[in-house]
Amino acid sequence: MTSVVDKVRDGRQAVGARWRGAPRWVRWVTLAAVIAFFYALPNPGFYQYLGPIPTTGSNFTQVLFTVSIYVLLAVGLNIVVGFAGLLDLGYFGFFAVGAYTVAVLTSPTSDLKTLWPWLLAVPVAIGLTMVSGVMLGTPTLRLRGDYLAIVTLGFAEMIRIAAVSSEFLKGQRGFNQIPHPPGQYADGRPFFGVLDARPYYWLVLTLIILVVLGVRNLTNSRVGRAWVSIREDEDAAQLMGVPTFKFKLWAFAAGAAIAGLAGALFAGKQNFVNSQNFELLNSIIILAAVIFGGSGNIFGAIVGGGLVAYMIERFRGIELLGIELYEYRFLFFGGVLVLMMIFRPEGLIPNRRRAAEFKDRRKEVTVGE
Amino acid sequence: MLLEIDNVSLLYGRIQALHGISLTVGEGEIVALIGANGAGKSTTMRAISGIRPIATGSIRFNGEDISKLRADLRVRRGLCQAPEGRGIFPGMTVLENLDMGAYTRRDRSGIAQDLARVLELFPRLAERRKQPGGTLSGGEQQMLAVGRALMSRPKLLLLDEPSMGLAPMLIQQIFQIITEINEQGTTILLVEQNAQQALARAHRAYVLETGRIVKSGTGAELLHDPAVKEAYLGVA
Repeated sequence: MTSVVDKVRDGRQAVGARWRGAPRWVRWVTLAAVIAFFYALPNPGFYQYLGPIPTTGSNFTQVLFTVSIYVLLAVGLNIVVGFAGLLDLGYFGFFAVGAYTVAVLTSPTSDLKTLWPWLLAVPVAIGLTMVSGVMLGTPTLRLRGDYLAIVTLGFAEMIRIAAVSSEFLKGQRGFNQIPHPPGQYADGRPFFGVLDARPYYWLVLTLIILVVLGVRNLTNSRVGRAWVSIREDEDAAQLMGVPTFKFKLWAFAAGAAIAGLAGALFAGKQNFVNSQNFELLNSIIILAAVIFGGSGNIFGAIVGGGLVAYMIERFRGIELLGIELYEYRFLFFGGVLVLMMIFRPEGLIPNRRRAAEFKDRRKEVTVGE
Repeated sequence: MLLEIDNVSLLYGRIQALHGISLTVGEGEIVALIGANGAGKSTTMRAISGIRPIATGSIRFNGEDISKLRADLRVRRGLCQAPEGRGIFPGMTVLENLDMGAYTRRDRSGIAQDLARVLELFPRLAERRKQPGGTLSGGEQQMLAVGRALMSRPKLLLLDEPSMGLAPMLIQQIFQIITEINEQGTTILLVEQNAQQALARAHRAYVLETGRIVKSGTGAELLHDPAVKEAYLGVA
């Protein structure tokens, strides 16, 4: 059993080594092709040739939009969990703060009646989410490990319950007529309409690329080094002069800001926000996606977020022996996660350091046996 | 005095780990803190480096009261600790680990100089520079921890059990290096269970028992003290 597990682990490592060893231009061309593929993906003229990839039970373009939101969230959560090593179980709470900020500021059904355009509300949503991240982080980031997980879990529930029961946040009735992003075609039709999800998907895709570029820069800087050192050994990081609390708070705020952006995009597309959009399960799914993809690796988080969100939707509309598979989607999801943890606990595309940390811990366990 | 600790006590929850400890370290000295398991040696180190807050008393470094100063700011003042055992970053390579030691510094040429010096002191680290820290042997990790602390160019280097878990030959070697570092101008406060080596190398030493300092003197004095001999040197 152990040898099979080891073989699978080693085989996967060779692929990563080959990618890192490839010449720069090969990697650039591959990357460009992948990006082009994803821009082309929502066009029916393109995806009809892709066999079983398009979803059957639901509009594929809509699914792609959902998937792209999950990818953005995974990239954001990866900063918190993957880079800084802070277990955040309530990440979706920040997504809710972003979506509700936009809803409250723009919707005609909001008590504020400010009726802002969507674009104006987005930076406010991001800013407010960041502030809520700092507010949640300031007292709790002094805690470690399990305590932090519990507090963040509580935070997400607080947001959800506030949304359900507060008169101001409208509960189940929610907010209607949230404006779409601006922009129109030459003939005056709005670019971001009700029926066609493609423009929203393209918008999120573009923002994902920008966010990834920003995050990459951050991780290669002193900030990134500080995060990694905190994740690997918080005491040692402090002994090397890293202001650990400050950097943990930064990771929290940066992650929150990205979730706020995702929430704002979601509200702008959906046009409607109510308390049912923010179940706890979503936080867990995103966390699972980050770990599944390879915590600490940006591309791992992208792949994880994409695959997990897509797989869940892929089950819709498939019947086997009279059973609607979609009903069992979380059973499959759980099974895949268990297999992952056996064969590749560091995720599909692990971070190099993270993989070494796992090896280190495995060694520690064997020594202790 | 470079470091003056006056009547420091420290609590872990409701358990008092240190009961009013006072000690000093002068510029250029090697001072050893010896004692059995659980005597409070590592706790004293944590109090000095700022990882654990102290309950009473004061810690003065270079004339400044640092009792309430954050740990990372103490590093900037020139006080750096090599944590005991596996306190290295397992996923970072040897070079990245050493680089983290220089986190508070911005003088590139000085950092490069110190890197060369550390790699000269520890040729093993030079051989393994691209290897993740977690794959090193216990002795190599210990060297890495010491080397990394040196990278901050500390005025006072705190060494927590530098010989822990090492083979006798390596223990000799690491103490030689400690003396060498000291001769190059770094003051050292070191905590050790290996009293024999520590006392032989240290200018002065303190004996710690259940959170209290019970004896102090020069290294040579304590090495020949009958009580110390019996309790810590394994000779009756």
